[in-house]
Amino acid sequence: MQGGRLTLTQLDQKANEVRKDIIRMLEAAGSGHSAGPLGTADIFTALYFDIMNHRPQEPEWPERDTFFLSNGHIAPVLYATMAHAGYFPVEELLTLRQFGSRLQGHPERTHLPGIEQTSGPLGEGLGQAAGYAYALQGINRQPHRFVYAMMGDGELNEGIIWESAMFAGKYKLGQLIAFVDRNNIQIDGSTDDVMPLEDLRGKWESFGWHVQEIDGHNIESIIDAASMARAITTKPSVIIAHTIPGKGVDFMEYDYKWHGMPPNSQQAKDALRKLRTLDGKINHEGEAA
Amino acid sequence: MNYPLRDDIYSDDVPVEPTRAGYGRGLKAAAEADERVVGLCADLTESTQMHLFRDAFPERFIQVGIAEQNLIAVASGLAHAGLVPFTSSYAAFSPGRSWEQIKTTACINDQPVKVIGSHAGLYTGADGATHQMLEDIALMRVIPKMVVVAPGDSVEAEKATRAIATNGQPSYLRLAREKTPIFSTEDSPFEIGKAYVLREGHDVSLLGTGTMTHRLLVVADMLQHKGIHAEVVHVPTIKPLDDETILTSVRKTGRAVTAEEAQIAGGFGGAVAELLGDKLPTPLCRIGMYDQFGESGAPIDLFKHFGLDHDSMTVTVESFVNSVPRYHQGF
Repeated sequence: MQGGRLTLTQLDQKANEVRKDIIRMLEAAGSGHSAGPLGTADIFTALYFDIMNHRPQEPEWPERDTFFLSNGHIAPVLYATMAHAGYFPVEELLTLRQFGSRLQGHPERTHLPGIEQTSGPLGEGLGQAAGYAYALQGINRQPHRFVYAMMGDGELNEGIIWESAMFAGKYKLGQLIAFVDRNNIQIDGSTDDVMPLEDLRGKWESFGWHVQEIDGHNIESIIDAASMARAITTKPSVIIAHTIPGKGVDFMEYDYKWHGMPPNSQQAKDALRKLRTLDGKINHEGEAA
Repeated sequence: MNYPLRDDIYSDDVPVEPTRAGYGRGLKAAAEADERVVGLCADLTESTQMHLFRDAFPERFIQVGIAEQNLIAVASGLAHAGLVPFTSSYAAFSPGRSWEQIKTTACINDQPVKVIGSHAGLYTGADGATHQMLEDIALMRVIPKMVVVAPGDSVEAEKATRAIATNGQPSYLRLAREKTPIFSTEDSPFEIGKAYVLREGHDVSLLGTGTMTHRLLVVADMLQHKGIHAEVVHVPTIKPLDDETILTSVRKTGRAVTAEEAQIAGGFGGAVAELLGDKLPTPLCRIGMYDQFGESGAPIDLFKHFGLDHDSMTVTVESFVNSVPRYHQGF
């Protein structure tokens, strides 16, 4: 991010603002996914407000780091973070999923500047990120640019993910840094029930990746892990971020039913109150309880 | 009509070469002309003729292994970084297996990924139905933004390869394994989206795509001896279709025949049926695969079995011309 860096406290506050906008967007849209966006708000905030080298006013800046969203259904968190970072007006967030909006239900490159690739059908973002990283490393020779990707844990069921993992491992794509949102849920239930993923660390390691596991809600850990991943130049890096689906809204947390559901107006009101008071810890923004 | 044809196209000595050989040369030439051209292959480098490019530009060749879905996704990422990626595999696997990646990461994403499907059609004879890609034209034609080209011979395949390298769009190139006759010359035109009248006639329009065009030229010659004057139109670009050239010919002859070594449902015959149905309803006979798979065998036997050899097509066209009144606008 260009300009002054935010403190960890400011980053936490920013993530909370992003969560509130996710709730507002989903309520207005009347459809969309709640759990994943809320669960990854800390990672997106860390990426767009600290980790990535980018210019919101110049989305195609040739020296930028790029971000590829593989699980496109968590688009609300991407849009909300981008808006707060200055890519487009925050008010536009309420157009999510509406006819004529640049904020398509799943992100489309051709609709919104700053979106690097179209995604939705699961598993494809990693291969696209790997292709971009290959170009930076093997052809265009731009060693100072990094490629970040976000995957859901459920989408690791897709075969193409492991084709891409093998590819990135073979070519030692050290500029590729992928996050896995390890929230243990997918549409039909827990990832363990639907299709167990463990030993997840061992899987990535055996494909030639450098693996870190972190608390996906600790922004300092997220920033440190990304920094470590950039320092590993001989392999691609994956950061398995353990997260709570629906994080910040107690009645959504841990419940797979919120994977693909938006809040209704009462639920949105309750959720916003939770977020505004940090679950009752403060009476309103800035005032201790 | 001023399409230069070789003068030996009706002789037994007409030179033959696989269309994939033209692709191999064309890709190398495209890479010489534009350093953004990169080549990706899914473990079929020599049989798709990509080795000519690989040997000349090893630093721009990317081996992705037997992983056709990732082949396309990686190509999409490379394209986003400003490169022009050509992806080679057998058509049965890409676009056969990689269709959704092509739709999402190349076409909706609007990246100029080049999908090269070699060993398409019945010419992949002995390998059997699993490897004879007959559905590729339909699969690619239906995706918005996708350009679909089936070159008629190796000389045209080289030109088509160079053309899709610079068109800025996702594009599909359909190639065959076996040697097929060369009817065009270095001076013959090729432009994406253009069809060409190769032989004039007034009784029926024979519309051919890919390597079927040479067969139609021979059929037209055989029909001439029976007093039927067939016009032969070569349609190497199936999408976008050259409506004007096709309609002009069909308006003149009043009858249309299409020929392809692919499923006619949704294929080239399907495309022409849609055009004529919309713009100029005309008696139409579609030659190709009718909702059926191929099987193992020498291509010559398969073509005969499925009615795509010279003799069978001549009989089919003759019977069509004799049994169907020609259509004229206004009736």
